[in-house]
Amino acid sequence: MKRMKEGDEDSNGSPSKSPPEACKKVRKMSGESETVATSESPDCNWARLPQELLLHIFQYLPLLDRAYASQVCRGWNQAFHMPELWRCFEFELNQPASSYLKATHPDLIKQIIKRHSNHLQYVSFKVDSSTESAEAACDILSQLVNCSLKTLGLISTARPSFMEVPKSHFISALTVVFVNSKSLSSLKIDDTPVDDPSLKVLVANNSDTLKLLKMSSCPHVSPAGILCVADQCHGLRELALNYHLLSDELLLALSSEKHVHLEHLRIDVVSENPGQHFHTIKKSSWDAMVRHSPKFNLVMYFFLYEDEFGPFFNEEIPVTHLYFGRSVSKEVLGRVGLHCPRLVELVVCANGLRPLDEELIRIAKHCTQLSAIGLGECEVSCSAFVEFVKMCGRRLSQLSIMEEVLIPDHKYSLDEIHWEVSKHLGRVWFPDMMPTW
Amino acid sequence: MVVNSVHWFRKGLRLHDNPALQEALNGADTVRCVYILDPWFAGAANVGINRWRFLLEALEDLDSSLKKLNSRLFVVRGQPTDVFPRLFKEWNVTRLTFEYDPEPYGKERDGAIIKMAQEFGVETVVRNSHTLYNLDRIIEMNNNSPPLTFKRFQTIVSRLELPRRPLPPITQQQMDKCRTKIADNHDLLYSIPSLEELGFRTQGLAPAVWRGGESEALDRLNKHLDKKVKKKNNRPVFPSSCLHQLRKRCSPPLSLFGQLLWREFFYTAATNNPNFDRMDGNPICVQIPWDQNPEALAKWAEGRTGFPWIDAIMTQLRQEGWIHHLARHAVACFLTRGDLWISWESGMKVFEELLLDADWSVNAGSWMWLSCSAFFQQFFHCYCPVGFGRRTDPSGDYIRRYIPILKDYPNRYIYEPWNAPEALQKAANCVVGVDYPKPMINHAEGSRLNIERMKQVYQQLSHYRGLSLLASVPTIQEEAEPPMTDESQTSSGPDSPSRDLADSDAAGCSTAPDSSTAAQHPDPDEAAQPPCVSSHQLQPGQPASPSSSSCPTSSPSPSPASVAQRRKGIARKARRNQRQRGRPSYPPIARGEEREEAGGEERMEEDVEQEEERMEEEETAAQQQ
Repeated sequence: MKRMKEGDEDSNGSPSKSPPEACKKVRKMSGESETVATSESPDCNWARLPQELLLHIFQYLPLLDRAYASQVCRGWNQAFHMPELWRCFEFELNQPASSYLKATHPDLIKQIIKRHSNHLQYVSFKVDSSTESAEAACDILSQLVNCSLKTLGLISTARPSFMEVPKSHFISALTVVFVNSKSLSSLKIDDTPVDDPSLKVLVANNSDTLKLLKMSSCPHVSPAGILCVADQCHGLRELALNYHLLSDELLLALSSEKHVHLEHLRIDVVSENPGQHFHTIKKSSWDAMVRHSPKFNLVMYFFLYEDEFGPFFNEEIPVTHLYFGRSVSKEVLGRVGLHCPRLVELVVCANGLRPLDEELIRIAKHCTQLSAIGLGECEVSCSAFVEFVKMCGRRLSQLSIMEEVLIPDHKYSLDEIHWEVSKHLGRVWFPDMMPTW
Repeated sequence: MVVNSVHWFRKGLRLHDNPALQEALNGADTVRCVYILDPWFAGAANVGINRWRFLLEALEDLDSSLKKLNSRLFVVRGQPTDVFPRLFKEWNVTRLTFEYDPEPYGKERDGAIIKMAQEFGVETVVRNSHTLYNLDRIIEMNNNSPPLTFKRFQTIVSRLELPRRPLPPITQQQMDKCRTKIADNHDLLYSIPSLEELGFRTQGLAPAVWRGGESEALDRLNKHLDKKVKKKNNRPVFPSSCLHQLRKRCSPPLSLFGQLLWREFFYTAATNNPNFDRMDGNPICVQIPWDQNPEALAKWAEGRTGFPWIDAIMTQLRQEGWIHHLARHAVACFLTRGDLWISWESGMKVFEELLLDADWSVNAGSWMWLSCSAFFQQFFHCYCPVGFGRRTDPSGDYIRRYIPILKDYPNRYIYEPWNAPEALQKAANCVVGVDYPKPMINHAEGSRLNIERMKQVYQQLSHYRGLSLLASVPTIQEEAEPPMTDESQTSSGPDSPSRDLADSDAAGCSTAPDSSTAAQHPDPDEAAQPPCVSSHQLQPGQPASPSSSSCPTSSPSPSPASVAQRRKGIARKARRNQRQRGRPSYPPIARGEEREEAGGEERMEEDVEQEEERMEEEETAAQQQ
């Protein structure tokens, strides 16, 4: 799934078992044996493929192809059922009425539960917007009794349908997994009706192994519920939740001595109704967090009305990735420039009508780690933009701005800015273009 | 030998700059101008009444222009394959001319007609005038695949010679030479149908806001070029069918070139892709798990979303058939990746019904672009259905005009009436939830969800690097969860590029595989952690992916930078002009036309091309999955 990460490229150099080589080996073998025993029927040679090679090949085949291959002979059929091939599975639960994509065949699901549920370790459910699909996922979950999952992901691909499943049904299915799988290390349950008591069950059974917990927009969890997780699960390294669950106590718990270093903390700040009041987090709590985990990423997504930013960015905050999904005022961005020394990435989707010039320059000056910035509907004068790029220089590995918001001024025209910015970045750069439809 | 010509009008409903029509007249004894229309299918087709009216007006205009030349337009009822054999015999036709139609459907239809004409011994002459460039040339220049980024497209186009100059309108003199007798019963047989004949009820139909036809289009264009028309909301409609006179003046107003180039770009991408207008089976379209939600779709299409800005735009679209391009962006983003997470195909169909200037290629292409389904772009930015409109029109006049029930709301709440205090709602005679719908979605929550969904989709596409602006910090799940192989994750039939390499002897394992395939190789330690499986193939019937495009070695050697630099192609002007779009106060091209290029900049230009090619490759690779 994470193919795009750089690490992958290194793998070529090593004595790899990459598909071309593996295939070549196979071809060689079959080729050789063919010359030795030409009189034999060719399928005999294939049947003689060692199991481990077969397994290796099967690992690179899509399930459907494996299923076809399993019908070739008994040996291949056995290979089809090797536990190694069933450790990881993604259930896709879609209804024809609500999704354009196909679903995992019900017979296959039955077979997996019957023959391979004890092999499953890395499981995810992709569920469309229908309640039926979410309920089907819960039904499967509640049958996973004799397996020990390491990772579980419940992913809503469209509208969050787990929220529409009766809460008790969802909770009982989820706790089946918590109770039976004693070594869960990764749990993604965003947009689900998970609640405090079920988190307690999680903690009671998996506190030693849990490393990752993603639970953005889980309205039935309280700050106390998540605090219980933080208190008990000392190996937790990644956590995603909504701002209303974030508390000074939580940060202190995560930065206790017993706790491993936190690597990622993702916070969604979403306003439910306008004028909502948001609490503040003490600077001392953030300081404790940074002392304990000096390298942790603090990722914050803001979806607030402009007038709701009062409690934010008044003091230093160790945020590394900032995403403003709605319009944010110049004033708030000015505060960001002053109080976010660890900022690495900044995305501003929209801003008022006045250019962001001074704010950008201030950000360039104070946010010395900044390496990625994306500006949507934010007016910036060309000379301020060039100045910003010049100050950041080549560390800006990502720079994205829509061309219609760049305001030409006495120093640079729009035509010149592409050259000027490219020069400072040391690579070719263009503003983003929108189609004129 | 007698030459009896028929010119078949389809898209280009104009007498000026019509090379195929000129061919019809060339040395002919008679010429008949034909338009074929099947009234029985008119009502059934997914085309709204405004679009039909626009078309009929364009035909009327064509007919009246031909009348001035002592000729007429022959509107023939039926299907081309039935109509032509009849006409060929009846009129003793020896030559059939028409404009080249680059769209897949049109190409297929025309292929059949050309074959039929051959059987009847009728010569066919086809000329390119619907697009500025020969699209096949562009594709050929890009290693036989259409460029998938606009920048790449511009580069290719800048290497091409300029489009030919527009031809003059046909003249009385030309027409006199091949005058055809018009029968007395012409109006009985070949008149332009009325909307009623096409099965529409016209009672209470509001007068047209935009008039169709060549004369009107030329008039508007000239006014526009003279900068007499400046108001943003008053931008003239340029239905591609009526207009082709853009290189007449030396400095066209802002954005015109850019707009034409985008049109050209989408036409190029679509010309060889019959599935361009759908997600399934479309090799350039990212497969996104859109929601199917007919109720929500209807609310959007009928302007009942509860967001006045969105509803006003959809109302204008329905009433008038035209909306500003930024308004198109706003409603398209709202329907798809911004808020409702509904397939762009549904939105495209609504536009097809209502939008006067909806071209098949441009419409589908723009929808894919805006829904982040193709053409490689950043998608961190979503238009806010409240803030975006407010920034462009703070007093909400646009909303007051198209949603009059909200006209008494103060500026502060006109974009978000649901936030107005109840007393104010009553005082303004419009209570939200009673007189005007409540917002159908919490935009803040919706955007949060949709951004996550987009991340999910794009994280599965290797080779894609557009994610870095969405805080996609490497997460520790990598350790907890084994990586998936691309092959098992999505479809990859026996014809996928990596498989090709694996299977062919030519790709000897002693040579290092190129990076584009190397990235697909699983980790060496994957024996211990098996690749994840997906339970089905996403696209079993996916057409063979062009494996050449993912192979960097097959890219052409870029032409010398200096040459590319000097060429003042239309693309370049367009790029410049397009940048000035929206800033009318800025003097267009204030500096001299020619720039002195420094050596460093030339190198930069080369880099540009390499960069573009690389992006193309990534793009193709990503979308093949």
